[in-house]
Amino acid sequence: MDKFHSLKGIAAPLPIVNIDTDMIIPKQFLKTIKRTGLGVSLFYEMRYDNDGNLIKDFVLNTSPYDQSKILVTGDNFGCGSSREHAPWSLKDFGIRSVISTSFADIFYNNCFQNGILPIVVSPENLDQLMTAAKNQIEFTIDLPEQVIKAGNHLIKFEIEEFRKERLLQGLDDIGITLGYKDKINTYEEDKKNKKPWLFKDN
Amino acid sequence: MSNQGPKTLFDKIWSEHLVGQREDGTNLLYIDRHLVHEVTSPQAFEGLKISNRPVHRPEATIAVADHNVPTINRQNIEDPQSKIQVETLAKNTKEHGIQYFDLMDQRQGIVHIIGPEQGITQPGMTIVCGDSHTSTHGAFGALAFGIGTSEVEHVLATQTIVQNPAKNMRISVNGELPFGVNSKDLILYIIGKIGTAGGTGHVIEYAGSSIMGLSMEGRMTICNMSIEAGARAGLISPDQTTFNYIKGRPYAPGTEHWDQAVEYWSSLPSDNDANYDHEIVIDSSEIDPMVTWGTSPEDVVSVKGTVPNPSSAKTENKKKSIERSLEYMGLKPGTKITDIKLDKIFIGSCTNGRIEDLRKVASIVKDKKIASHVQAMIVPGSGLVKKQAEEEGIDKILKDAGFEWREAGCSMCLGMNPDQLKPGERCASTSNRNFEGRQGRGGRTHLMSPELAAASAITGNISDIRDFT
Repeated sequence: MDKFHSLKGIAAPLPIVNIDTDMIIPKQFLKTIKRTGLGVSLFYEMRYDNDGNLIKDFVLNTSPYDQSKILVTGDNFGCGSSREHAPWSLKDFGIRSVISTSFADIFYNNCFQNGILPIVVSPENLDQLMTAAKNQIEFTIDLPEQVIKAGNHLIKFEIEEFRKERLLQGLDDIGITLGYKDKINTYEEDKKNKKPWLFKDN
Repeated sequence: MSNQGPKTLFDKIWSEHLVGQREDGTNLLYIDRHLVHEVTSPQAFEGLKISNRPVHRPEATIAVADHNVPTINRQNIEDPQSKIQVETLAKNTKEHGIQYFDLMDQRQGIVHIIGPEQGITQPGMTIVCGDSHTSTHGAFGALAFGIGTSEVEHVLATQTIVQNPAKNMRISVNGELPFGVNSKDLILYIIGKIGTAGGTGHVIEYAGSSIMGLSMEGRMTICNMSIEAGARAGLISPDQTTFNYIKGRPYAPGTEHWDQAVEYWSSLPSDNDANYDHEIVIDSSEIDPMVTWGTSPEDVVSVKGTVPNPSSAKTENKKKSIERSLEYMGLKPGTKITDIKLDKIFIGSCTNGRIEDLRKVASIVKDKKIASHVQAMIVPGSGLVKKQAEEEGIDKILKDAGFEWREAGCSMCLGMNPDQLKPGERCASTSNRNFEGRQGRGGRTHLMSPELAAASAITGNISDIRDFT
């Protein structure tokens, strides 16, 4: 997995609440068997008209936001389906961090699997950052220090230690778990004896 | 969470499945059953291949294609991409020795319908699937939740998942359900009350006499939409209704282990004095048949109500969000819900595509015709639901009324297959999401129960089942 240390750039403001994963990447793009190539379809219905032309006033279609690596957006971002295509499309577009007041659980988790840092801030701080993003003030996100800098704003954020480490080091989660294979096998043997119906493997 | 003291149903399942703690402080939770479908699994199998990792326990996984599949002419999938996805699933499952119900198998259907139907879903299990509506299986007292594709790969490779415990929320609904009110109305009402982020970080346990009085089908509808309230999982205590449903199904415990299993299952309900982080108590007499008016499942109103006015919103954000929804939905504030005219009716999905749902619809539309301006489609949740409905003559009643009778799949719930709304079309749908573009670009979705959708098909407007004779 790609590492994440720090990030600098103009953040794109998208002040809409409850952006669901259908809005992030609509169903017609879930037919792929690859993880890559989805960036062009990110926010498809907000970004393109019925004829497939770019909608000029959508934020990610305008300079400098079309190069943004950071998205500042409304409450409960990423609600709905479990599709990992949502973080895949964000990442493929170039977004490596999303800032909101809250995220849906599955989306939040999926971000970390893909080297994307979702950051939760207070509603007051979100308002400040949204304004800064609209004014094209440069953001710096520093993961080791757990801080966002934007103009005069210096905002600390929380992140679970294991998630931080995984992002910083770009760790392979499956590789880590396979280090506990003996424990898993022991658990299974014990369970086979105690709850045999669970192992009626058809 | 302490190991001593009273425990919730969630706490009990959690501690039973804890394999251990990793050095980074995260917990490894053992997964009893893994359900796999064609859309969220190809990249996981590809990941295994790249890392040269085997599937740890292929027998614990069951696969089926449901999201992409056509509901007519299924011998040949026309969309080349959908075809590749379905073929990829067949190939991957064969390669790894995973049980796969192919498109011609009568057991094929929506993954969350066939798990319970086959007896794969059992109390006390941990069940995951790369699909958010995995919460459905919580109706059996199983801890079941949706995961992303990276986690699908993790479960395939290790039969475990990295998790930290959720918080406990209990929603109790008490009293006899009023006439015309059913499980779909109940869950829509709950989502309206707590909001689409109300359950974030929690597992919701549904309790109370209204919930425990529901059939397994009704309980599944409730747990299915827990994700729409932001919770990853819903849970209902297993009881005699649960055991009766499971007994004799193909993957259910056989006679040799049945008593032992039931004894364990009976120990699962939450202890009387267990602690919850949040408690909500609802009196069922306050619930009406419910309908969504907007583009989020929390945008619900009684079928007797009206479309809300943005100026009544408490916050600026909420006002903007109502305005956006109304513009998308093509609705004016103050419009009576029953004055909303429909173009399409969709009955099906993992929320309401079970035999009980089809029976209800048939009883309402029997000897009637759907309104001349609507197109109505009914998509059974599985091949076996379809077969049973045909044995009971339900298909004939529905076809005589003017419904299209389709093959099993997710269909227009998400419109990945050809079943989609056109821009501006308005649909009464028994599915679970009314998001912008969900059922087709520009399509307008009103979520409701199968009873309301059936009545609405006949009148051509959103209709209150209580006025319907």
